[in-house]
Amino acid sequence: MKAVLALEDGSIFRGESFGTEGEIIGEIVFNTGMTGYQEVLTDPSYCGQIVTMTYPLIGNYGINKEDIESAHPQVRGFIVREVCTTPSNWRSMESLNEYLKRNNIIGLQGIDTRALTRILRDKGTMKGIISTREDFDFSKKEVEIKTYEIKCPVTQVTTKEVVHYKGNSFKVALIDYGIKQNIVRSLLKRDCDVHVFPAWSKPEEILAIDPDGIMLSNGPGDPKDCVEEISTLKQLMGKRPIFGICLGHQLTALANGADTEKLKYGHRGCNHPVKDLKKDMTYITSQNHGYTIVEASLDKNRMVVSHRNMNDGTIEGIKYLDSDMFTVQFHPEASPGPADTAYLFDEFLAMMKKRRSQNA
Amino acid sequence: MPKRDNIKKVLVIGSGPIIIGQAAEFDYSGTQACKSLREEGMEVVLINSNPATIMTDKEAADKIYIEPITLDFVKKIIKKEKPDGILASLGGQTGLNMAVELASDGILDEMEIELLGTSLQSIKKAEDRELFKRTMQEIGEKVPHSTIVTTLKDAVTFAEEIGFPIIIRPAYTLGGTGGGIANSMDEFKYICGKGLKLSMINQVLLEQSVAGWKEIEYEVMRDGADNCIVVCNMENFDPVGVHTGDSIVVAPSQTLSDVEYQMLRSASIKIIRTLDIKGGCNIQFALNPYSYEYVVIEVNPRVSRSSALASKATGYPIARVAAKIAIGLNLDEIKNSVTKNTYACFEPSLDYIVTKVPRWPFDKFSSADRSLGTQMKATGEVMAIGRTFEESLLKAIDSLDIKFNYQLGLSLFDNKSKEELVEYIKYANDQRIFAICKALQKGFTVKEIVNISQIDIFFIKKLEKIVKVAEEIMNCGIAWLDYDIYSRAKKIGFGDSYIANLANVPLEKILELREKYPINPVYKIVDTCAGEFEAVTPYYYSTYEEKDDVIVTENKKVLVIGSGPIRIGQGIEFDYCSVHSVRALKELGIESIIINNNPETVSTDFDTSDKLYFEPLTKECVLDVISKEKPIGVIVQFGGQTAINLAAPLSREGVKILGTSVENIDVAEDRDRFLKLLEELDIPIPEGSTAFSVDEAKAIANRIGYPVLVRPSYVLGGRAMEIVYNDSSLEEYMSLAVDLANKHPILIDKYINGKEVEVDGICDGQDVLIPGIMEHIERAGVHSGDSIAVYPSKSLDQKTKQIITDYTMRLAKAMEVKGLFNIQFVLDKSNKVYVIEVNPRASRTVPYMSKITGIPMVNVATRLIMGQKLKDLGYKPGLARETEFIAVKAPVFSFAKLTTVDTFLGPEMKSTGEVMGVDRDYHTALYKALLASGLKIPSQGNVLISVADRNKAEAVGIANKLLELGFKLLASEDTYNYLSGVGIEVECVHDNEILEFIKTDKISLVVNTPTKGKISSRLGFLTRRTAMEYNVPCITSTDTMNAVLEVLEKLIGKNQAEVYALNDYSILRK
Repeated sequence: MKAVLALEDGSIFRGESFGTEGEIIGEIVFNTGMTGYQEVLTDPSYCGQIVTMTYPLIGNYGINKEDIESAHPQVRGFIVREVCTTPSNWRSMESLNEYLKRNNIIGLQGIDTRALTRILRDKGTMKGIISTREDFDFSKKEVEIKTYEIKCPVTQVTTKEVVHYKGNSFKVALIDYGIKQNIVRSLLKRDCDVHVFPAWSKPEEILAIDPDGIMLSNGPGDPKDCVEEISTLKQLMGKRPIFGICLGHQLTALANGADTEKLKYGHRGCNHPVKDLKKDMTYITSQNHGYTIVEASLDKNRMVVSHRNMNDGTIEGIKYLDSDMFTVQFHPEASPGPADTAYLFDEFLAMMKKRRSQNA
Repeated sequence: MPKRDNIKKVLVIGSGPIIIGQAAEFDYSGTQACKSLREEGMEVVLINSNPATIMTDKEAADKIYIEPITLDFVKKIIKKEKPDGILASLGGQTGLNMAVELASDGILDEMEIELLGTSLQSIKKAEDRELFKRTMQEIGEKVPHSTIVTTLKDAVTFAEEIGFPIIIRPAYTLGGTGGGIANSMDEFKYICGKGLKLSMINQVLLEQSVAGWKEIEYEVMRDGADNCIVVCNMENFDPVGVHTGDSIVVAPSQTLSDVEYQMLRSASIKIIRTLDIKGGCNIQFALNPYSYEYVVIEVNPRVSRSSALASKATGYPIARVAAKIAIGLNLDEIKNSVTKNTYACFEPSLDYIVTKVPRWPFDKFSSADRSLGTQMKATGEVMAIGRTFEESLLKAIDSLDIKFNYQLGLSLFDNKSKEELVEYIKYANDQRIFAICKALQKGFTVKEIVNISQIDIFFIKKLEKIVKVAEEIMNCGIAWLDYDIYSRAKKIGFGDSYIANLANVPLEKILELREKYPINPVYKIVDTCAGEFEAVTPYYYSTYEEKDDVIVTENKKVLVIGSGPIRIGQGIEFDYCSVHSVRALKELGIESIIINNNPETVSTDFDTSDKLYFEPLTKECVLDVISKEKPIGVIVQFGGQTAINLAAPLSREGVKILGTSVENIDVAEDRDRFLKLLEELDIPIPEGSTAFSVDEAKAIANRIGYPVLVRPSYVLGGRAMEIVYNDSSLEEYMSLAVDLANKHPILIDKYINGKEVEVDGICDGQDVLIPGIMEHIERAGVHSGDSIAVYPSKSLDQKTKQIITDYTMRLAKAMEVKGLFNIQFVLDKSNKVYVIEVNPRASRTVPYMSKITGIPMVNVATRLIMGQKLKDLGYKPGLARETEFIAVKAPVFSFAKLTTVDTFLGPEMKSTGEVMGVDRDYHTALYKALLASGLKIPSQGNVLISVADRNKAEAVGIANKLLELGFKLLASEDTYNYLSGVGIEVECVHDNEILEFIKTDKISLVVNTPTKGKISSRLGFLTRRTAMEYNVPCITSTDTMNAVLEVLEKLIGKNQAEVYALNDYSILRK
């Protein structure tokens, strides 16, 4: 079925729909990963966003039941150059088209995604609409598109109740701002006892389980909207070793008086080089974020930049000097993307171990 | 870490001549490496025996030695130059093997020279099968069940234990030479025996076959600080079992989920770290299509053909970065030359699909075994980029320049039965993809094809889609060919001529549609980052979409047409010419645009020209670029026959052909017009005429008398050229050749069995500069590309030289040549000079002549094409003064890779590459050339002589000299009778014993000339092939043998050859 993508600046792309039909407004972002579309679709950080993949052929290996970062797709819409209707992989259960249809997500294919990417790169992330309506009229939708906002996305995607994954090693309280399941899997692989808490959990509730450490997950939206989460964090800091990822990283910085700002078009992909300044090594990381920490706002006496993006120099990690706390902007849990920085989970485990031995 | 400051002078080892398995990719990587090192202030000394390369240009390094890459010569250079370090990992297997030899010789320790980049220990860990297997097991990476054997007995024991199929890989050989897959004990014994013989260390790996699994490759880089990145991964269209050099390869992988992609990526990084590789490496995996199980097949601890492909596929310059890592820089210190703002420490992201298709020499070797296995057979490859898989595949097929059909060749297998098609699909061969398409068209299901071929269903479904669109067009015809179908056809990569063919209408009808709709390609940038950052790379590909990335300038610009894939008869020399032309245009302040599709070469490096269009060299694609860029004209004379063939079609579309006019190109190629011109000029040519039928041919042959030289007009590398001795072989020839060139007639000439002489000239339309006259060692009848050439000529008298100069100048003037041309002459017994042919374009010998004479021939030619005059450039017309140095060019063959190809020298070209030997003394130059060509001349032992009747008299002289030099003589029955009859001391080997003698090492040299024409006796063929397979040198021309004897006489036992750098002899003389 014919479908159209209209950006808030009036750019129009015409293609064909797949998945479901209808009309959807969202923030349009692009992801440069060549594999991992299923992980992208189910990553809650994409809540409220319409994702376009820069790699032109998507759906080649179908959809399987394992490579999911949450129970269902989280994107508002999905744009590709060509959707593969004849997937091939031993784990494939259904095609991308069937999957999106089943989950009621609109897909758009057959447009010049490189042209779209270049617009987003040059003008910055924009809002837009995908519509399969024959009578689609941009002028009638313009205001709605421009005023679209992602409202309280964290509340939408966080777990509604505490979930417990049994393990025999350290007890981790994992605050879910929109968690990617592979964070849980990364901890379980290290035999941690994982308690996933809703984003709105009170500090007392979290500390009540007497965790060895606290992990802050990734999540969607503008970190500054998470006022309550930030105030909870302030009360947790210093009490346990803390390791934050992505939104967790940004919230920790805000809780420590630093500032965040929106990037022109974000970092979304599997090929971002990040330098670990302490190890003096550069790693390839998986990234998905639209905001970043403002360097000038750091309290240099307490916060040290531990990781830096080699492409644009933005802050990728902070080590806090006065407590066992470190956070990174990128995704050491990968999924999709390289597992180069999985060692950070081990560093978190080492912190928890240190605490135990100190308390013993 | 900053650059090492104790390294100031680096010796770079090149890869030598082009052979199957080691081609132009090492000119590309070597050139990049030299440039990269010099950027860092290093003094670079280079050794490479291959003159037809950009890397052996005086601009490429501070000092260049075109000398044999043998331990002796490399040591001489090391002693003379005293480098601080050696970089060997950019010269392919030749470079690595030389590094190993140098290290074990002790000279590196003695002179405190460091092997830069990957250490010797690491090289051994990756290359020595047993050590590699152990290393992989230590880090928990699985390798196929395998063993190393050094005797056939042990091999058989392993086979009995494991069962078949078994893969056989000899250690330390190129492109899997001597390897194979055995399905039975007989096959197994044969391949193993050969492999043991060919391996440098008599070692063969036997391996459990994982044939049918997915073959996935990773290109990984690592620096001294342990930073690792993956430049690219690739998936082979053909499953494991076909050498990756012979596989259709797609980048990035298509059927791997992120989990699988990352699993193999993590394994790659673990492996490169364990092996402690500093630089680039290629890792090949076999992945079970039904599980996460995988095995590591192979690691190449150096840049390779795959890394060249990965560089072109992604825009990431692997060799450049590897060279910088070798001198101590780290990935996060090296600037990314694509974005100029970011660093080399990142992983490219593609927003297109790349397909590589190998180019095989089977169009030339009709008798060759076309099956594909672990031994590589392709001479070159093409690459194409598209936004859909179908588009990139079809563009790649178009780029192959195989004129037999359109794209996926739906008529090729028209008359084959289903059973026959199954055979073509079951066992990998060069035509398999065409057979699959035909089978799909004939009603095979995708599942059936997958079962027969074991190719992933993803790819077969894509082929099905192509076949279906083709059928749709066939069914709808022109009347119903609407916008929807046409635009879909264009988007999946159909050429207009293919669409016209399918719709059964003239091309013009399709072009009308195209204009009406209109549907035109846009060009996108290859930018390494999928559009995420702004890029400065002027590297483009076409696709059918909306937005164009190209910024067209108002500059004066010229389009240079490249030469496409490396094949026999059209090699790296034309890439050399294209690159020099582009450089000359830049010097003239003209914007240079190149269009080419060979990923291995320097011309397709994005910083060679101002703009690079990576496109098929078809009329349609070239015209599309022209209408986009609107150059003032197009240069076709540097891209070999591929480019010249485009001259007339482009000209008919109103494109200006710069240089020699299309009209005059035609004079050279149209036999009748050419004869007329020579008649007018009173220049002799061997008697001959043009035939359109068998009867006509016979009439002509009988009139001028046998033997005659026959060939189709418009030949490439002497394709289908033969010397014919009688009516019956002429009939046979006509039945085969007419099919090959259905539009062109057959040329029949008197065959003059005399000295062959060759001239390259440069003309500005009036004045002619002749850099030099080359004399061939082999008489006419051996293709010039397969002959040993000597410059300055050694036996021509002054008068003959004057005649040749006069003919050359008059011909060029008459043809108003602008730019380069090449003329071949033959001298009969009375020294009468005949012209054999004129090529109105750059020839194979241009780099060789440029290097020895110091005249930058392509640069001068390009300037003349653009309107300058020889006199303005300070060149005196006529024959240039001869150099004091003598340069000998010798051909290099790849027969080891091409089983069942007859190795004798004839009018059809067979060599894949060439080397140059230079010295003040003729015999030393010849010695160097022969040595560099890989000919192992024994200094003692048994020589087997077995020659055709016409050579028996000459054999007497050869036999006597051999005896004088202390060889023992053996001869086949016939030859024995003749030789012993004239009193020569010779032993007889009975015909039925000859092969056994060769196999059992009783013979160290074979001299064998084929009996009449192509009707070689079965034994002669077997003798030559057996010698080839058992690595016994076999000389098939008495002229070559005489040259070898001269070298033996002068130099036996001595080893006093000096080494000379290019600047010692290449002095520009105006």
